Amino acid sequence: MFKYLPHTPEDIKAMLNTIGVKDINALYDDVPEALKGFDLDIPSSMSELELTSHFKSLAANNRPLKSFMGMGAYDHYTPSVIRHLIERQEFLTAYTPYQPEVSQGTLQYIFEYQSMICELTGMDVSNASMYDGATATAEAMYMAVNVGKKRKHILVSLTMNPVIVDVLRTYAYNQDIELEVIDSLGGVSDKEAIKDAMRHDTAAVITQTPNRYGLIEAYGDLGEACSANKTLFVINQDPSTLSHLKTPREQGADIAVGEAQSLGIPLSFGGPYIGYFATTNKLMRKMPGRICGVTKDKDGKRAFVLTLQAREQHIRREKANSNICSNQSLMALFVTIYLSIMGKEGLFEVQNTSKNHAHYLHDMLLKLPHFTDSFKKPFFKEFTLKTTLDVHQMNKVLSEEGYLGPFNQGDFNSNQDGLITFSVTEKRTKEEIDHFIDIMGAL
Amino acid sequence: MAYDQLIFERSQRGRIGYSLPKSEIKEYPLDDALKRTQAPTLPEVSEFDVVRHFTNVSFKNHGIETGFYPLGSCTMKYNPKINQDLSNMEAFTSLHPYQPVETVQGVLEVLYETQKMLSRISGLDTYSLNPYAGAHGELVGLMIIRHYHASKKDFARKKIIVPNSAHGTNPASAATAGFDVVEVASNKDGTVNIESLKGVLNATTAGIMLTNPNTIGMFEKDIMEIATLVHEAGGLLYYDGANLNPIMGLARPGDMGFDIMHINLHKTFSTPHGGGGPGSGPVGVTRALKPFLPEPVIRKAGNHFFIDQKDENSIGRISHFYGNVGVVLKAYAFLRTNGKEHLSEIAKLSTLNANYVKESLKDTFKLPIDKYCKHEFVFDGLIDKSTGVTTYDISKRLLDYGIHPPTMYFPLLYKESMMIEPVENESKQTLDHFIKTMKIIAKEALSDPDMVKNAPHTTPVKRLDEVKAARDPKVKFKDLIA
Repeated sequence: MFKYLPHTPEDIKAMLNTIGVKDINALYDDVPEALKGFDLDIPSSMSELELTSHFKSLAANNRPLKSFMGMGAYDHYTPSVIRHLIERQEFLTAYTPYQPEVSQGTLQYIFEYQSMICELTGMDVSNASMYDGATATAEAMYMAVNVGKKRKHILVSLTMNPVIVDVLRTYAYNQDIELEVIDSLGGVSDKEAIKDAMRHDTAAVITQTPNRYGLIEAYGDLGEACSANKTLFVINQDPSTLSHLKTPREQGADIAVGEAQSLGIPLSFGGPYIGYFATTNKLMRKMPGRICGVTKDKDGKRAFVLTLQAREQHIRREKANSNICSNQSLMALFVTIYLSIMGKEGLFEVQNTSKNHAHYLHDMLLKLPHFTDSFKKPFFKEFTLKTTLDVHQMNKVLSEEGYLGPFNQGDFNSNQDGLITFSVTEKRTKEEIDHFIDIMGAL
Repeated sequence: MAYDQLIFERSQRGRIGYSLPKSEIKEYPLDDALKRTQAPTLPEVSEFDVVRHFTNVSFKNHGIETGFYPLGSCTMKYNPKINQDLSNMEAFTSLHPYQPVETVQGVLEVLYETQKMLSRISGLDTYSLNPYAGAHGELVGLMIIRHYHASKKDFARKKIIVPNSAHGTNPASAATAGFDVVEVASNKDGTVNIESLKGVLNATTAGIMLTNPNTIGMFEKDIMEIATLVHEAGGLLYYDGANLNPIMGLARPGDMGFDIMHINLHKTFSTPHGGGGPGSGPVGVTRALKPFLPEPVIRKAGNHFFIDQKDENSIGRISHFYGNVGVVLKAYAFLRTNGKEHLSEIAKLSTLNANYVKESLKDTFKLPIDKYCKHEFVFDGLIDKSTGVTTYDISKRLLDYGIHPPTMYFPLLYKESMMIEPVENESKQTLDHFIKTMKIIAKEALSDPDMVKNAPHTTPVKRLDEVKAARDPKVKFKDLIA
């Protein structure tokens, strides 16, 4: 017997008797003999005690570092209640809400999540979430191509995180989309160059703020120029910065996307995270992914339901808006609880602290001999400096002291070696920041 | 009366639910021109408000631990608690994805060893854990097919063959990957019709997508012949891992002739479905297709694990980092707990359960294919349909008995499809209760059809007006108060 399998020999015998066979193997007679009888070469079963010890030894081979890096993964504090609530089995173990009468819990929090994403971004409608920020951006590209009928040209600013550009490139190949990357100007998007590059078949302009260097981008009339060309304007924005910064709506976006890990989700070595996706009422029916809406039950009671399903794969098959089947539901719940706990004031305060701590580090590093700021532009909680030091060596020393140092943009493009990007959150105390600066000063 | 409040409706101006350390650093103001004009309207609630709210919201869900959940093709198995505990260890959750490799050897070992175990189980050479879900895995697999043909300068291969019994994501993924979809009619039992297959195979064939056993629980007994035919025509075979559970440890897709497959860790390897994600859809390939896997790839040299960023033939990046690592940790714990001793036992008991339920109910419900099945099977509604009670009605009535309904109206092969998958964790007693309940409902369908047609009666809400929701979409809180 085994702890997850309840069948006693008597049960099996009785069940086989009902079925009318002598042995379970008889139920596999249709499997060709040539396929059977291989040696399954994986380790033997472990008891719970052994497994726990094994995980402790694996954990001992990890060394968590105090992070001064962002680049798409931000080390914010996770309030304790979130874990307790998302691990309630009613949320954790349920399937996707196909039977709405017994899935009102899931549907309600999706509705609350969508409401909060709309509040943050200023957009009219959000979907139920996507895999991550990069794939959400790729879905925005697909949506723009779908809306633009025969338009297959996409403009991306070089200031977009290069990993996201790589994902866009992978997805673009599938549908023969032409991806054109427009050079930056002083660390931010070159709006005039983007406008000049716009063609009659440009389906979308895709930008990011704060961008790969942490700089805040102001788009001015770029959104209007896009509208005039019937091109969709897509802004990828870290939603945690929307406590302070202009919304994608205010900046003229037709589609707002981004990585919402920064809303309290643990770093977890890169996942699970969650992509958000929001758009205007006008484009709602072109949006990929699930959408939850309000309706009434037959007694007139308020209820929640997946809606506009005629866009989706289980109805439309190869004609669907997207092949996306579900969402990143539990992470949407995570974000919803985080935003409920932090609330209006807390989100502002946590991001304000992160911003101040980042600016303090920025100013203090500039007092050291080896750092300069070649951009001198507004940033939020992430910024980029130029250093004359050996970055590899710097990060090695920092790691030995228990810190994760800055990201070297040279890892993306070798001509950017020495351009290093730092991020600071509310979790880094003044004492830690000062210690970090001391180490940097001694290099 | 079920709880009916939104978190926004509990909000009271000035109330807070958080606490933060006092910062010793001065204020660095932002330029007003960069700021939003109006703060977002987020709830203003206490911590206890939040806890009570979400606890009450949770009561409106049916989870696996609430009761039986025989949802076909979804493999709703028990999600072990220990896996949750282990994946929550801070030594894993606090790792930044760009930490130096020497500080993340533990987690890389888990990823690498999981890839290896999945290879051994499926008979394919190498795995990527980057895909986030089953549909994402399909898309990645199809991109690999496209790049493979392109690498041979064979640009005419634009067609993907999909049986009409396939899951909706199959054709949708093929279309997203830029292929034309060719649907082939299946045999009555959903298996591939060899003659129809021969009819569509030609120099434009890029590949075929199959589940085996298929959505009706039938094993493709001619799979080796199918593989030979597709390969001879120059195409590749993609295996949709949705139904891996009943053959795990007993037969391997790699040995059947499949070139690429994805595995749903949230089905076969017990990671929680989470109400629709986060899942994980690792993709495995044969040795020949290994260079095409998405970046980055986790590798091992000596005793050292590392992350390989680039391979010039790779389809490219399909995720920002390395997939849903937190989910993989749970699947790894499950694999190590079961070990080689129990994986095939899981397969056999899932098949035993399905056949037991099928045989016990086939005198009451219409069984279109009266053969031994694997882990799941399909009824085509009631045998006696004289009162007009449908699969939809039966499903809704099951909710009143605390049982989650089977998958309804899928596959599309039968008008009243009801797809039942009673996983291996379910005991004979649970199955007997389900069988008894289904027979009671069948009787009710004759004695009191209106009551069944108006079910459910005991759930937090009753039947919903879905048309209203789509005609007049209200998709956020502010749409309700406008």
